[in-house]
Amino acid sequence: MQEGTTQRAAADALGDSALAEAIGRGDGAAYEALVRRHGGAMLAVARRLLRDEDEARDCLQEAFLQAWTKIDTFEGRSALGTWLHRIVVNAALMRLRKRKRRAEESIDALLPEFDADGCRIEPAWQMDEPADSLVQRAQVRELVLQSIDRLPDDYRTVLILRDIEGYDTAEVAQMTGDSQGAIKTRLHRARAALKKLLEPIYGGELT
Amino acid sequence: MTTSSRSSKGRLARLMMKMPLMLTCREVEAFLIDYLEGTLPRAQRAVFDLHLRMCRECRDYLAAYRKSVELGRAAFARPEDPVGPEVPEDLVKAILDARSREG
Ligand SMILES: [Zn+2]
Repeated sequence: MQEGTTQRAAADALGDSALAEAIGRGDGAAYEALVRRHGGAMLAVARRLLRDEDEARDCLQEAFLQAWTKIDTFEGRSALGTWLHRIVVNAALMRLRKRKRRAEESIDALLPEFDADGCRIEPAWQMDEPADSLVQRAQVRELVLQSIDRLPDDYRTVLILRDIEGYDTAEVAQMTGDSQGAIKTRLHRARAALKKLLEPIYGGELT
Repeated sequence: MTTSSRSSKGRLARLMMKMPLMLTCREVEAFLIDYLEGTLPRAQRAVFDLHLRMCRECRDYLAAYRKSVELGRAAFARPEDPVGPEVPEDLVKAILDARSREG
């Protein structure tokens, strides 16, 4: 145990804004309460973006150190969890940029197909089952997660931030430093590629 | 977006208003993200909807595309544990130690 039990219990009882104030005063017990309260959600997003346990752990450490040093910039306009989420996403994006690019499959082969007249080539799908119920099947859930994993980093990142983490186009553009038009194009291609990879589900091959 | 792709999209937008039934699936594809984001002007949206009514391929494609977004969300969702996993105790300790060193 890092801090006294009583201090910990007192810090645990603080609301987010009181917690932020206490951390601003250099209160170690409050900092520990922050790590325990928000660390899980932050670790989850670091794992999703980095797909590497060691990197996700390092990333979480960096994010918390940043939070500690710049807690006075937390203005309470957003929730503390939202503020921290943004810090860990930015730390993960920084790592992705620095990381040596792994050999990535090109996304081109996964984009929609058209015939010479510009007509779409598309099998007829039967999809009555809702997504929530489909992912109850381990095979389906695995295929979805693996397929997102297979997307090139630039595409996967935008898909995760927009469709999974719920940021809007403007926010993602700000985080990655790209134009909103570029983000929309990338999101569209990422979704189209994911759809291609998930076709075995729509073709009823995974029942 | 480059100037040429912007102007070709502008040309497309004019074309789709003049000859809505001549719109190809490939051209529909270029407007799909704006259609889904709800940022397509109303008239263009109507042309898009018209194409969807007539085109089985685009309808099935769009349904599978939407379902894929939902599946992505559903696969990551943890309804039993909305705050995410617990941070392993050794990692909590490492984070707290790093802070102590920082002062
Ligand atoms: Zn079509």
